[in-house]
Amino acid sequence: MTFLYAAAIAAYTGCGLYLMLSRHVVRIILGLALLTNGAIFLIFFSGRIGSMVPAVIPLGDQQLAPDAANSLPQALALTAIVIGFALTAFAVALLVAAYKRLDTLDAREMTAAEDMGSPFLPPGGRPSTGGRPSNDGRSAEKTPEAEKKSDEVKTNG
Amino acid sequence: MADQLDLLWPVLIPVMTAALAACFWYNIRAQRIISFIGLVLLFAASVKLTMTVVEHGVIAKQFGGWAPPFGISFVADPLAAALVAITGLLALTVGIFGFYDVRARHERAGFYPLFHGMITGVNGAFLTGDAFNLYVWFEVMLVTSLGLLVISRSREQLDGTIKYGVLNLFGTILFLIGLALLYGATGTLNMADLARVLPGMTMTPGLMTAAMLFLAAFAIKAGLFPLFFWLPASYHTATFAVGAIFAGLLTKVGVYATFRPFTLLFLIEGETLRYVFTFIAAMTMITGVFGAAVQWNIRRILSFHIISQIGYMLMGLAIATPIAWAGASFYIIHHIIVKANLFLLAGAIRAAGGSDDLRRTGGLLKSHPWLAVLFLIPALSLAGLPPLSGFWAKFLVIDASLRAEYYGLAAVALIVGVLTLFSMMKIWMEAFWKASPVTPSRRRYVPVAFIIPIVMLGAVTMTIGLFAEPFVTYARDAGDVLVDPPLYIAPVFGAEAAAEAGALIAGDAVEAEVIETDLIENGADDGVEEEVR
Repeated sequence: MTFLYAAAIAAYTGCGLYLMLSRHVVRIILGLALLTNGAIFLIFFSGRIGSMVPAVIPLGDQQLAPDAANSLPQALALTAIVIGFALTAFAVALLVAAYKRLDTLDAREMTAAEDMGSPFLPPGGRPSTGGRPSNDGRSAEKTPEAEKKSDEVKTNG
Repeated sequence: MADQLDLLWPVLIPVMTAALAACFWYNIRAQRIISFIGLVLLFAASVKLTMTVVEHGVIAKQFGGWAPPFGISFVADPLAAALVAITGLLALTVGIFGFYDVRARHERAGFYPLFHGMITGVNGAFLTGDAFNLYVWFEVMLVTSLGLLVISRSREQLDGTIKYGVLNLFGTILFLIGLALLYGATGTLNMADLARVLPGMTMTPGLMTAAMLFLAAFAIKAGLFPLFFWLPASYHTATFAVGAIFAGLLTKVGVYATFRPFTLLFLIEGETLRYVFTFIAAMTMITGVFGAAVQWNIRRILSFHIISQIGYMLMGLAIATPIAWAGASFYIIHHIIVKANLFLLAGAIRAAGGSDDLRRTGGLLKSHPWLAVLFLIPALSLAGLPPLSGFWAKFLVIDASLRAEYYGLAAVALIVGVLTLFSMMKIWMEAFWKASPVTPSRRRYVPVAFIIPIVMLGAVTMTIGLFAEPFVTYARDAGDVLVDPPLYIAPVFGAEAAAEAGALIAGDAVEAEVIETDLIENGADDGVEEEVR
């Protein structure tokens, strides 16, 4: 039985790691989700399963039965599930926003951050992106003040 | 009892500020006021905690009144307390910087709740005495820092955030797997309890795997040698205020988390582990400083320097003598202030010169001479020139490595110091000395909100540099607790249990103890104090 559980955890983490090696960012996030689940199973089984006695103190007793199930790993697993779910949800929202702005989720084509202030490109950024200064840190600012500023930089440069 | 409550406030104040600010989601004015009051209170509370720790030594609190190890405990040793105090100072200064740097659209996107949420995670990670709780604080810190990083939603930030997020998420999952294995082997996750139990156990493959998973996970968080790629890929895309608080705090939480298990849980005895740490420390220093040499964007230069400086802190772990720990503790505190100040200065240089790319700015010495002075304080401190704080920090770790006969490591540290000076001089020559490549259409002013925090942090750097002795004494106290786990166990479980654990550890490492006491007696004490005077 233990072998079966171990194999299941290995399958989860193996699939997760395989997906993380992909160049497609959606697959990477799916891989992370699988990997989280593998870790959660590991926590669950690290508390030793097998006891069928509920972790409840019977009426009138002062102590838990000596062979009662361990309830702590369940609390840990629950916490990890909630956190993992929240982070996966955030990551998916981030991917949607990134796809709208970058038009790609292929890791090879996602170079916006690397191009910003890159020493291997002219100071104004990649010439083919059409003149929008991409090394300003606030190039996407829409506030009037920032727009004025970036215009100023352009005319000066 | 009142002393124990001091432990609570540095976490409770930012989480309450974040909640209150989120309640006033559409009232930006109210959020600003709440945020600033929260920052002042946090600073006061964190200074109070440090004073309590100075007075009473290590303090601990059990939440919910559960007997340890069943509840979650918070423990403040001198290192954690000092880091909390620096976090309070940094949050306050960056908050002032943010009065001008944080734009209305950032505020509408929830800047204040996210910022205080991140501070909650950082302080929680420093203070917690429970390994699983540390994982929770890491995730609090991660999700809020992701939000802060992507706050402008520009192309660069979205791209950088994905890279930052994926690698850091992977790191926390490794940490979680390590926790599961550790719990399976020991049946407890309270750090003081683990420190009691682990010395009596044989190092099974499961425990060894857990230790190595911890190392890998915290190496990602701290930006250690083979695993730092997320850092220079993302930090330069953040806004200046966010970049400063990230540069100052986040990697240092990773460094602190690396120190904890390898001082408290898995004692460094074997030569192999020492070699691994020495190699990682040296390579982190070298790759960071060479990565910076090629860059032209100020913030990209500074991002690579974070990595190279992390290597100096890791020297404490590689050498692991009491003076090395003291040096590493001093180094972390000095570095947080200096690095955050440099990121703030990058913002000021951009405001004064129009760009933070060195190829497009210049002539600031003529137009803003006082800015040049303010830049030189943290820049020369980072490079380690006397009489600034960086000199003492580098002196302590290099002194420790020479005493423990790690000559190679000391040589690397010295060479990297010179190369750091090269990078700082590059910023100086390009931004301040050379004539501006563009003729500014009008005179540019640096807002007062930028100057106040830069002056404050610069003053702290000068103070640590000129009056180093109390800080070095404090760092030595912090180092003493790090090498002596019973000091950490005693406030949680009582003196008796600590003495038992001490006997267990001593039985394991009698020889190491003898060598360490020899070192201290042979003038390690006198040496450092003499130099300080």
